[in-house]
Amino acid sequence: MLFFSFFKSLVGKDVVVELKNDLSICGTLHSVDQYLNMKLTDITVSDTDRFPHMISVKNCFIRGSVVRFVSFFEWLWVLLTKFGQG
Amino acid sequence: MDLPDPYLPGAISLFEQLDKKLLVVLRDGRKLIGFLRSIDQFANLILEDVVERTFVDKFFCETSQGFMLIRGENVELAGEIDDNIPTNLTQVSPEEFRMIEDDFLARNPPKSLKRPTAAEEHEA
Repeated sequence: MLFFSFFKSLVGKDVVVELKNDLSICGTLHSVDQYLNMKLTDITVSDTDRFPHMISVKNCFIRGSVVRFVSFFEWLWVLLTKFGQG
Repeated sequence: MDLPDPYLPGAISLFEQLDKKLLVVLRDGRKLIGFLRSIDQFANLILEDVVERTFVDKFFCETSQGFMLIRGENVELAGEIDDNIPTNLTQVSPEEFRMIEDDFLARNPPKSLKRPTAAEEHEA
């Protein structure tokens, strides 16, 4: 529940999701549910040589069970939460 | 916290992709492309006019699979496809694809996951 709330507060921010098959997807977090299934919009994938099928995908749903980790630019997030309101 | 309205979290968010062309990556790495007709909370998907796409190097080949119900647990990722994005990939026929694949594997042999035997290690 704690992590679910945390991810909900991250909605709209840019995140990098790495999957268990080494595919890492950078995109804007659009939504998240209780299983930590996620939907990203405006995605980019750096290793398109290994994952050519991802080039033409613009937004995607990721099943929570295949995620290895999610990372994001914490400094940016801190900046946004601290100074973004004013 | 400003969540979009209506907020469709997780699997239900695929409702926004209804009747769109979807790429589904399965847990075993297979890539299926079809039109999304229905979904549920487990991310069970119903796809119409499905093709399986296999890739090697800069080429891909499609085999028709018809109508499909995919059980949610096998879905790894489902993404909407934008056909306007240039991919630099060439579609080839299954026969051509087999030749390209053989040629590619001959040039780039897959790395063995087995531990080398003592004799092999001695050779190297």
